[in-house]
Amino acid sequence: MNERNSPGEQAMDHEVAPPLLEVRDLKVTFAGRVGLGAGILGRKATQSRAVDGVSLQLRQGEVLALAGESGCGKTTTARAIMGLEPPREGQILFQGKRISKGLRAYRRKVQMIFQDPTGALNPRQTIYESVAEGLRIHRIHQGPHGQTEQELVARALSRAGMRPPERFFLNYPHELSGGQRQRVVIAGALVLDPVMLVADEPVSNLDASVRGEILRLLLQVRDDLGLAILVVTHDLGLAWTIADRVAVMYLGRIVEIGPAEDVLTKPLHPYTKALLNVVPEAGGLDRPILTGEPPDPTRIPPGCRFHPRCPEVATGAARAAGVEDRCRGEDLGLIELRPGHFAACHLAAVTVGESREISTSQP
Amino acid sequence: MSLLSVRDLFVNYRTQGGPVPAVRGVDIEIGKGEVLGLAGESGCGKSTIAGALLRLLPTGTEVTGSILLNGEDVLGMKPGRLRAVRWTETSIVFQGAMHALNPVQRVGEQIEEAILIHQQAGDREARLRVGSLLEHVGLPQRRIRDYPHELSGGQRQRVMIAMALACNPSLIIADEPTTALDVMVQAQVLKLLKELQREFGLAMLFITHDLSVLIEVCDRLAVMYAGRIVEEGPAQSVFYESAHPYTRALSAAFPAIGEGRFRRAPSGLPGDPPYPQDLPDGCTFHPRCPVAFEACPHIDPRLFDVTPGWRAACLLVDSAKSELEGARTPGSGP
Amino acid sequence: MARIPAVPTGTEPGPEFRGSLGEDRVPHTPRAITWKRRRRAVTQFWSIYRKNGMGMAGLYILVIFGAIALLAPVISSSRGLDPTLANGPILAGPSLKYPLGTDDLGRSVLTMTIWGSRISLMVGLMATVLTMIIGASVGIVAGYRGRWVDALLMRITDWFLVIPWLALAIVLASILGQSLFIIVVVIAVTSWPSTARVVRAQVLSVKQRPFVERARALGASDWHLVTRHVLPNVFPVIFANTILVVAIAILSETTLSFLGLGDPLHVSWGTILEFAYDAGATSLGAWWWLVAPGVCIVLVVLAFTMCGYAFDEILNPRIRER
Repeated sequence: MNERNSPGEQAMDHEVAPPLLEVRDLKVTFAGRVGLGAGILGRKATQSRAVDGVSLQLRQGEVLALAGESGCGKTTTARAIMGLEPPREGQILFQGKRISKGLRAYRRKVQMIFQDPTGALNPRQTIYESVAEGLRIHRIHQGPHGQTEQELVARALSRAGMRPPERFFLNYPHELSGGQRQRVVIAGALVLDPVMLVADEPVSNLDASVRGEILRLLLQVRDDLGLAILVVTHDLGLAWTIADRVAVMYLGRIVEIGPAEDVLTKPLHPYTKALLNVVPEAGGLDRPILTGEPPDPTRIPPGCRFHPRCPEVATGAARAAGVEDRCRGEDLGLIELRPGHFAACHLAAVTVGESREISTSQP
Repeated sequence: MSLLSVRDLFVNYRTQGGPVPAVRGVDIEIGKGEVLGLAGESGCGKSTIAGALLRLLPTGTEVTGSILLNGEDVLGMKPGRLRAVRWTETSIVFQGAMHALNPVQRVGEQIEEAILIHQQAGDREARLRVGSLLEHVGLPQRRIRDYPHELSGGQRQRVMIAMALACNPSLIIADEPTTALDVMVQAQVLKLLKELQREFGLAMLFITHDLSVLIEVCDRLAVMYAGRIVEEGPAQSVFYESAHPYTRALSAAFPAIGEGRFRRAPSGLPGDPPYPQDLPDGCTFHPRCPVAFEACPHIDPRLFDVTPGWRAACLLVDSAKSELEGARTPGSGP
Repeated sequence: MARIPAVPTGTEPGPEFRGSLGEDRVPHTPRAITWKRRRRAVTQFWSIYRKNGMGMAGLYILVIFGAIALLAPVISSSRGLDPTLANGPILAGPSLKYPLGTDDLGRSVLTMTIWGSRISLMVGLMATVLTMIIGASVGIVAGYRGRWVDALLMRITDWFLVIPWLALAIVLASILGQSLFIIVVVIAVTSWPSTARVVRAQVLSVKQRPFVERARALGASDWHLVTRHVLPNVFPVIFANTILVVAIAILSETTLSFLGLGDPLHVSWGTILEFAYDAGATSLGAWWWLVAPGVCIVLVVLAFTMCGYAFDEILNPRIRER
């Protein structure tokens, strides 16, 4: 019906096109520190498995939300994707090529939006310089159509909603409000005409009434420019607002991934269900709330890593379905339980029925 | 009689650039056992109110108006009486409470300190009380001997709540008590607060920027903007049927998952919350208001009744409109 | 600092909106923008500094002493330092002809003080330059590189930190002879470690800040990160530290000279004090001989310290500004 789809829509139509970003079994560990004496005595540092086997794909024009609580590894995953954190195992492929070969070229095409817009801008640089930084680092003196650096910066600021852009060239970050600073960060990312954005909690440090505008900007950028966006967030409401697909992480793994409508309204994994239960609403405090806190990544439980806190195990539902032993003893990966909707849960696998192993399809 | 009665509260900070009005005429009323939520964004003055209630603001800050705690005027109290009142009648759970603990002192001792300062009990009795307080907040008694760094964020917050309860106050002021916590821990802490409130019949002033959290715990809700309360009333009405456009926008920032109208439709307000140093004329919200009309930049609305017990400071409220009409004399323009 | 009023984005700003310079024209080239920013940073800093009473008092004192040192050949003759040409009254108190009195050889104390300022200030400055070069370089490399480089450099720093500077001066002077060069070296060698530590701490703190990571995510090389982001944010600390190091260096030179380790061929405030003390000025009651150089030293060191404090005061609130 539409003769001219926006680049975003066009991108979404190409379901069969190869994914832009592919992460395969990513593992990132942080070693604790061992003092000199203890090291001599042969004591090894504790390993914190921040990311413990994450696989995902991102297509052009798609918005994928990586959601979870603190310590689940979502930020580390995003940083590894940006090349800021060296993976211990696994591969990150962009447009089919490993990012470790050709990191600099990769960084032109993939940009990051940071959680703290105030910290992300050098307080001694003007807005112009902050936005032009990317161009200068990559020694780009002219745009693809012959534009000057000044024109490119103006265009980026304009796209980020700062109009007229020239008014802001000589300002310093502390002269702007939080929302404006985040727009400058976004402009700094857009100036290089990237193909993908990685946004780490892009609005959590902003006032609530300002968040909507920034989120609207991200969606607009996706619609107008066809960018793929990976959004890291702890806020499932945000995922509901802007994401096409949602991946829920727990203790270094993705435990559920699928289209946002499915994951957020018909969740399959008990952890996702628990998270959705606690989204505040009137009179809701009598709902079941998980007890305790997530164990730290140095001591990951055996079997399904969620089993010690899983309400299905605690209430006996797992035993009734006959899967409790597997929950306690058998680690598992994502299983496609509905088309495009994967979950890593023994109980769900049994109750939902169909289960195609992950080897044949990637989330 | 109300536990807390605040009338015409004005707070001006003293800065190099002159006085900065953080609170510009606020009335608050909390009855015994009642929970009032105070919501707003940065710069609206809500944390200032928390400090003002117990005179904890920096010296030199101008505080005018009347603050009556159990009928006693807080602003006129002598220092000795003020110290006695602090914590025994009203206590605070601070923002960033987790960092408010002394890192080199065991948590049990810190809670004991509160009890002993107010000479509410001898040493042994104090220790027993601490044990029972920890149980009430859901921590095992052996945690008494732990240092703050041995506890997680959620556990530290529980310690702060135990400390706030130590001297049996009748009013607790909670200033962003769950802000830095994960959603799951936040839910646990909110549940705990609600249970404690019921068990001890506490009154609470719950201050936060997260409007959706207030729906869970509060009976009444007040929304602040630019140093004033712009809407207050029963929590359900204020959140779901907001009478003030700012409240409407604020609650839309916390979308209900599952509702199609929020899907791919982020809603927010243009511009930013105003800084106290340069407030717009007329209605301070008008530059960002989606439904502002010609009168708004000229008239600063007071709180008008929407229904008895529910008020909003907006010229579009019915009772405001009729007042505006009545005020217009024939022949003169708006 | 004027705050830009909240403007609904995507619309034309109203008449009350102003770019922060209040001007309509923006320079045309990126280079012009950079220079404009630098000029503006300096003028803004100066307008804040001007209001700081302590800083201005210190600055005036330093300007006066700097003028005295530079104009020494103009305002007095160096022949007044030559002991063989001295023909004034011996140990005479202040008079019209000799405003600060004379020493035990008949030389004018005023002349010696004026010329002494040159040596004292010059040695102080040279020692400071050397200190800052070594200290800042070590601090930056250690802070930025981290890990084993950091550990190694810090152990070296610690080693130098504990060297007793007086003993070092005596040893070097006896081996290599006494000269200004030795004094400069001794002061630099024993002062750079604390500068290195201060600079390293600041580099570590700047390195953590998100905007450095943002530049790295944009693809910046180490060199770009250090020169464009780390250094500009470390520079204020280096500058404030420099000012205090000068004060210490001048004091150190005075001490060494007073103890007889100074260059016998050059008159500095410290050597004046040395001569005075050796000649027994205290018991002879020739207070002018001691007071003149003493007061000068105190004033100069005080002036540098006041400027340093003013710097700190100015730098800190700015960082706190939202």
